[in-house]
Amino acid sequence: MSEILLQIDGKKVTAKEGMTILEAARSVGVSIPTLCDHEKLAPYGACRVCTVEADARGTTNLVAACLQPVENDLVVRTRSEKVDKIRKVLLEQMLAHAPDSEELQELAQVYGADKDRFEAESSFCILCGLCVRYCAEVKKKHAVGFFDRGAKREIDFIPEVAIRECWDCKECFPLCPTSALQAAYVLTEALMSPPASSTKGCNSCG
Amino acid sequence: MPRINSSAELDALRQEILSQRDPDQPCLTLCSGSACHATGCGKVAAAIEEEMESQGVADDVHFRRTGCHGFCEQGPIVVIYPEGICYLKVKPEDIAEIISETIKEKKIIERLLYVDPNSGENTTLEEDIPFYKNQERLVLGFNLKIDPKSLEDYLAVGGYQALVKTLFEMTPEQVVGEVKDANLRGRGGAGFPSGVKWDFARKAPGDKKYVVVNCDEGDPGAYMDRSLMEGNPYGVLEGLMIGAYAIGSNEGYVYVRQEYPLAVDNLEIAIKKAEDYGLLGQDILGSGFDFTVKVHRGAGAFICGEETSLLKSLEGLPGEPNARPPFPATKGLWGKPTNINNVETWSNIPLIISKGADFFNSIGTEKSKGTKIFSLVGKVNNTGLVEVPMGATLRDIIYKIGGGVPGEKKFKAVQTGGPSGGCIPENLLDTKVDFDELTQAGAMMGSGGMIVMDEDTCLVDLARYFLAFLSDESCGKCNPCREGIRQMLKILTNITKGLGTESDLELLLELAETTKGASLCALGKTAPNPVLSTLRYFKDEYEAHIKEQRCPALSCKALIAFYIEPDKCKACGACFKQCPAEAIEGGKKRIHVIDQDKCTRCGSCVDACPKAFGAVKVMSGEPVPVAIAEEARNLG
Amino acid sequence: MDIGTVDQIIDKHHGEASSLIQVLLEIQRQNKWLPKTVLTRVSEKLDVPMSQIQHITTFYKTFSLVPKGRHEVHVCMGTACHVRGAERILDTVEEVTGVKSGETDPDLNFSVETVNCLGCCALGPVIVVDGEYHGNVEPAETVEVLKNCDCSCE
Repeated sequence: MSEILLQIDGKKVTAKEGMTILEAARSVGVSIPTLCDHEKLAPYGACRVCTVEADARGTTNLVAACLQPVENDLVVRTRSEKVDKIRKVLLEQMLAHAPDSEELQELAQVYGADKDRFEAESSFCILCGLCVRYCAEVKKKHAVGFFDRGAKREIDFIPEVAIRECWDCKECFPLCPTSALQAAYVLTEALMSPPASSTKGCNSCG
Repeated sequence: MPRINSSAELDALRQEILSQRDPDQPCLTLCSGSACHATGCGKVAAAIEEEMESQGVADDVHFRRTGCHGFCEQGPIVVIYPEGICYLKVKPEDIAEIISETIKEKKIIERLLYVDPNSGENTTLEEDIPFYKNQERLVLGFNLKIDPKSLEDYLAVGGYQALVKTLFEMTPEQVVGEVKDANLRGRGGAGFPSGVKWDFARKAPGDKKYVVVNCDEGDPGAYMDRSLMEGNPYGVLEGLMIGAYAIGSNEGYVYVRQEYPLAVDNLEIAIKKAEDYGLLGQDILGSGFDFTVKVHRGAGAFICGEETSLLKSLEGLPGEPNARPPFPATKGLWGKPTNINNVETWSNIPLIISKGADFFNSIGTEKSKGTKIFSLVGKVNNTGLVEVPMGATLRDIIYKIGGGVPGEKKFKAVQTGGPSGGCIPENLLDTKVDFDELTQAGAMMGSGGMIVMDEDTCLVDLARYFLAFLSDESCGKCNPCREGIRQMLKILTNITKGLGTESDLELLLELAETTKGASLCALGKTAPNPVLSTLRYFKDEYEAHIKEQRCPALSCKALIAFYIEPDKCKACGACFKQCPAEAIEGGKKRIHVIDQDKCTRCGSCVDACPKAFGAVKVMSGEPVPVAIAEEARNLG
Repeated sequence: MDIGTVDQIIDKHHGEASSLIQVLLEIQRQNKWLPKTVLTRVSEKLDVPMSQIQHITTFYKTFSLVPKGRHEVHVCMGTACHVRGAERILDTVEEVTGVKSGETDPDLNFSVETVNCLGCCALGPVIVVDGEYHGNVEPAETVEVLKNCDCSCE
């Protein structure tokens, strides 16, 4: 693997070919905020709060640090007026879904994001996909998945899989930056357990 | 049919086909594209077959059902050769006369001719109709000449000559070089140089490579790819094979949206015929080149027009785009180097190879070469598919070919580039159609949708429309696209309802910046364009909605009202009968009155009210007058 | 749809996981909707997790997870149709059928869908009722078309 020389926030960085900007930055102690990144999971690029400015071959682009591979002579700025403004708006959009999320609130303080800027949304989920990807990539169970598309995209459990796999796992719960996952699970659980009326007379399952 | 094993055998077959065709024999062609199917060409075809038989001309007259002629609103279209007499809006009951008068007696049937909407004059020959006369149909022209179900027809017009030249006279490097030299740019949207793209895929390491036709024409308002695929699938396949040879691939996919059933059918027939002749499969024409192709139907997702999403869909996955790099040229379908071009791009390839890069370069502007097909639709007299050299002005297309805006209405804007594009106002109508000039004007070439709007179209509502479209069609994976569109759409919806505030415009710009800057794929990066371009040229319309609760185009339902002017109403009952909401109270000799609470603002009353009366007034930004007193409603 | 037919469709596509969308399209075409039992069978036979099937059947617009009405009405909402008044056509369709876009009435009379472009742009606004195209329609004509379909909607 050949070495790549680049610059991040003024620091000279030596990285390996195939590394992402995020990995290169972390290797020299530069922190870039992330919400959908996880060490055990493939890079995903959904939350975009890791957006940075990168100069390459004479042009400046906004790129997602978690996906963008390093290249020679790349000049990266992890903070700039433009980057901060984008992160602020992105956080405000997510706070409309999950105003109580601690992770979001911490970042909101750094970037001056106002949690009430946009009208509150009904779903708490910010669709970082950590639960779906963890269940698929690490646990290989596929008990939780994405549904629909566009503004209607959501996550939900697959009841017949969840009933088998989730009761003693729940490893995805702590990954969720909001309370959406647990809410979805509780709902699924309610659907999975038979309604009270039909359990009458059954002693074994209560 | 026999398998063709060499280029000599192909030539012999072509000569044999041509020798059996007499150019002076009367030939009756019927446009059978999707739009003509919608207007009833099936029944017309049946009538033609029946009448040819009963009038005894079945053996002397050739009947051919062709692909889309492009003049879709005038369909079904019948053209009679060798003269080229063009009959429009033909009905089954016209056929007997067409055969007895025009075919047998060479007499023209005036009522079926094209009538110029402005001058009222008739035109007899297809080539003289301004809609066709001002076009340069290098690619689309084949549609008029061949039956898409007949490979023999394609051979008769010179089909597969470019493939023969490629396979027997050119190295793959030379083919790539020719396409590079031709400066062909992708017709699907961004205008990336096709030759450069091919070169990446050719040079990418790997034994297995793929070529893909993108016929997921999702851009609402554009349908040239559908027409090319329906009308001349052989041309697309020939281009694809040339590309496959150039990059070193022997497997191709055609991705067609399932909303285009006729395109799928005609393509499948074409593939079968080409296989039967040995023009697909192993050792094509004895050249040693193998190539197979599979059809994949799209299941309804605009995002699949984006190449990485399309590839995901081909693999049986949801069409969520991947970040690039890696580009499909190095890591595409199943991780293998893949070259994707859209239908129109592939259709240009046989032309470039046959006629050469110099010929192609002789057409167009400095940086945009060749022709481009547009679908000229909306509020324009002659709607349909239009192929012009790059560099033609929007004004020429809309007025010379399109015949201008119908009725007494005023032109307002033309929208190009679909949901990623923008609206161009009247004062920029001399803009040339050229990838870079359109982008500079805040619009985009896109795939070639060209939607003309008159004073009745509200551009705030149009921006809302596009954002609603994108909100539904975004894959929803990344935050700036999904949430940015959601918030912009909310603001635009509020504005069209008269609930906008003055700070909304600034907020729109801020959201646009984030969505444009941080989104993962081109859908998100260009999603704010409909907002940005309308704000750039039509800010006054936004302001009228916000400050005066007025829709200048009289289109936003929440801001308009319909009112029957008592002094103009003749109590004819026309509006009363047409009102689907039963909101009009009328009666014999009683001035009609609209119940504002029941009115759904569909506008049927305006359509119904005879022009001579013009009694229904559409109002916005002003109070509706109090309904006329009951006792004053009786008309003499 | 019986499991045998599902199996036949899957076998036609050689049981490859990548043919999932083509298999589902074929089932949708024949059966008009995708019942849960069918999806479970497809999941087993193609060895594709149910979560992926759920995502695909809700991601792509062609698929329906509920039965369709006897009459399917598609209203084109492409740009060309939009500027020529598609919105008021959709309002009329919803009004007459009493069915909102994307829905089917409980009696399974009508299913109403919007389409983001049928490629018949020159004929806009366009509606397709039971596979038959109607171009350049106006609200009043739309009412006629819908009333003329053989149904008990009145």
